[in-house]
Formats: sequence, C-alpha cells, structure tokens
Amino acid sequence: MSAASDRREAWRASWAVGLAVAAYGVSFGALAVASGLDVWQACVLSAVMFSGGSQFALIGVLAAGGPASGPAAIAGATLLGLRNGLYAIRVSPIVGPGWAKRLLAGHLTIDESTAVATAQPTLESQRIGFWATGTIIWVGWNLMTLAGALVGDLLGDVSAFGLDAAAAAAFLGLVWPRLRALQPVVVAVGAAVVTAATIPVLPPGLPVLVAALVGVVVGIPDLLGSRGAAQPRLVHHDDVPPAPDSGESER
Amino acid sequence: MTVWQIILVSSIAVLAIKLLGYLVPEQVLQTPTAARTANLVTVALLSALIVVQTIGSGQGILIDARVPAIAAAAGLLALRVPFILVIAAAAGVAAALRALGWAA
Repeated sequence: MSAASDRREAWRASWAVGLAVAAYGVSFGALAVASGLDVWQACVLSAVMFSGGSQFALIGVLAAGGPASGPAAIAGATLLGLRNGLYAIRVSPIVGPGWAKRLLAGHLTIDESTAVATAQPTLESQRIGFWATGTIIWVGWNLMTLAGALVGDLLGDVSAFGLDAAAAAAFLGLVWPRLRALQPVVVAVGAAVVTAATIPVLPPGLPVLVAALVGVVVGIPDLLGSRGAAQPRLVHHDDVPPAPDSGESER
Repeated sequence: MTVWQIILVSSIAVLAIKLLGYLVPEQVLQTPTAARTANLVTVALLSALIVVQTIGSGQGILIDARVPAIAAAAGLLALRVPFILVIAAAAGVAAALRALGWAA
C-alpha cells in the first residue's frame, strides 16, 4: 500500500474504534452515578484515570461496599491498570522521544490506542493510529461520561432500568475478545468459581483480588499454554483486538 | 476514606502505571511470561467482576434479573453484535423482566 493509503487506513480505524468506545462512556457515567458517585466524581475518573476496565472496577466495588471498601476498590482498579504499563513499553518506540510528548502519550495509553497503533504497517501510520485513537476516545469518553452521569442523576432507581445488568454485560464485553484459546477460558472459569465461592466470606472487593491470583498461578508456569509455540510479542495486536472496550469487531 | 480520596488515589495510581511504562527500557518486561501473566490476570479480574456484578449483593449472593440479562448478552456477543447494543440489550432484558414482575 502507498503511504497515503496507509495514513487513510489508520485514520479510518481510529474513527471506527474511537466513536464506538466513546459511545460506551455514556454507560460508565450513568453507572458511576448509580454507584453513589456525584457527576463531578464520575467526570474526574474519566478525565484522569481514563481506563475503562479500571473505572468500571472501581465503581463496581464502591457500589457493593461503599467508601469502606476503598482500599479494595483502589487495588482492583490499579491491578486492572497494570496492562497499560505493558502497552506503554510497547508503544514507547512509536511515540518517540520528547518528555512532554511522552507524558501526554502516557495518558492516552489504553487498550484501543495500543491496538490500533500496533495494527498499522508503518511507523507513520502507527503514530497516526495511536494519537488519533487516543485523542478521539479521550474527548468522546469524557463528553459521554458527563452526559451519562447527568442522565443517570435523573433516573433515580437504576435497577428498574437494568443498569446493574448493564455493568455485568460491560465486563463480559471487555473479556470476550480475550477468550480465544483454552488457557484464558480456563482462567476465566476458575476466577469466576473462586469469586462466587468467596463473595459470602470476604468483604466486598477482596473476592476480585483473590480471583486475580488464578491468572498468576496459571500464567507463570504456563499451565495449559502453548509453550514453544510462537507466542505473540508482548501486546501484539492479536492479544489486544480493537474490540475490547468497544465491541467493534469488523476488523 | 472519602469517595474523593478513593477517586484521586486510584486515578493517580492508574495514570502513574501508564507513565512508568515509558521509563522502562523496551526489553525489560518483554518476556513471554510477563506478557502472558499480565493478560491472564486481566482475564481473571474481568471474569471475577462479571460474577460480582451478576450475582453479588453486598456480602452475599442474589440470583435475580441480572442472570438472564447476562446470558442474553453472552448470546449477542457470540453473534458479534456491536458492544453498545449488547449493553443496551442486557439492561433491556433486566428492566423488562422486572417490569413484568418475572424476576427481582
């Protein structure tokens, strides 16, 4: 492909993924308010934390345990944010030098910006993919969070509108694209069993953290894995499809 | 802790992890074990959060309209329905079952 068509393709992917994810910010805003946050708290989360999985995890724990579950909520959100650190290592050469640029890039380093960037064929189109996707999602995600929070504030009883079920479906949509091999499926099922077994005996938030250990226990010795087979390099886009936070699956 | 403290501490932690990644030389964490484990921990966390959101109720288990709603969502995801529609459908199923009085 020519450089021009590479650039066009990068922009097209950025808009497709970006708009789908931004739309989804509306459910975060509404659910955040339903979890007991005020409109501004929801907006600060989207502006500063800016990582869908971590944001949903935080409000999920707060909804179940209230402010007393703060440490578990923080731990859950932070653990879910660890993958962003790996994405940052991966896209660091794409972003290039310059501390101000890297500081801004750091803020925009999420599932989708990494996925779109690493899926492009040339350095130039990778840069377009990263910055365009990150910027479109940041702007859209924050606008839609505000809209969702304002609407959620008006709704009152959110369970009558099924918003609690929407939160569960949101997590299901995030994990779905990752379940393409036996190993992650086994981890998902194991973590689900551990969670269900520990909900009645542990304080809110802790079952999620205990379940995370299932990933460590299976991951480090590579149980049921494909040792020796060609492992994708770190966050090759096979690991991070454009779908996770968006449901955009046509790519 | 107040809700604001929780929000600020967690937001700064998540942001700091992103920024730290840019300070790490590319080869350090780029081992198959680190990549695989990070991916599986993410899967485990998300799976656990699905369970908490679907059957959790404070420190207890409650089976209600959320269960058929999440089943419907799984079916739609298998059919490759766009994400935002899956979320809306899950909410719609739960809301409809409650409005009809078929589930709590």
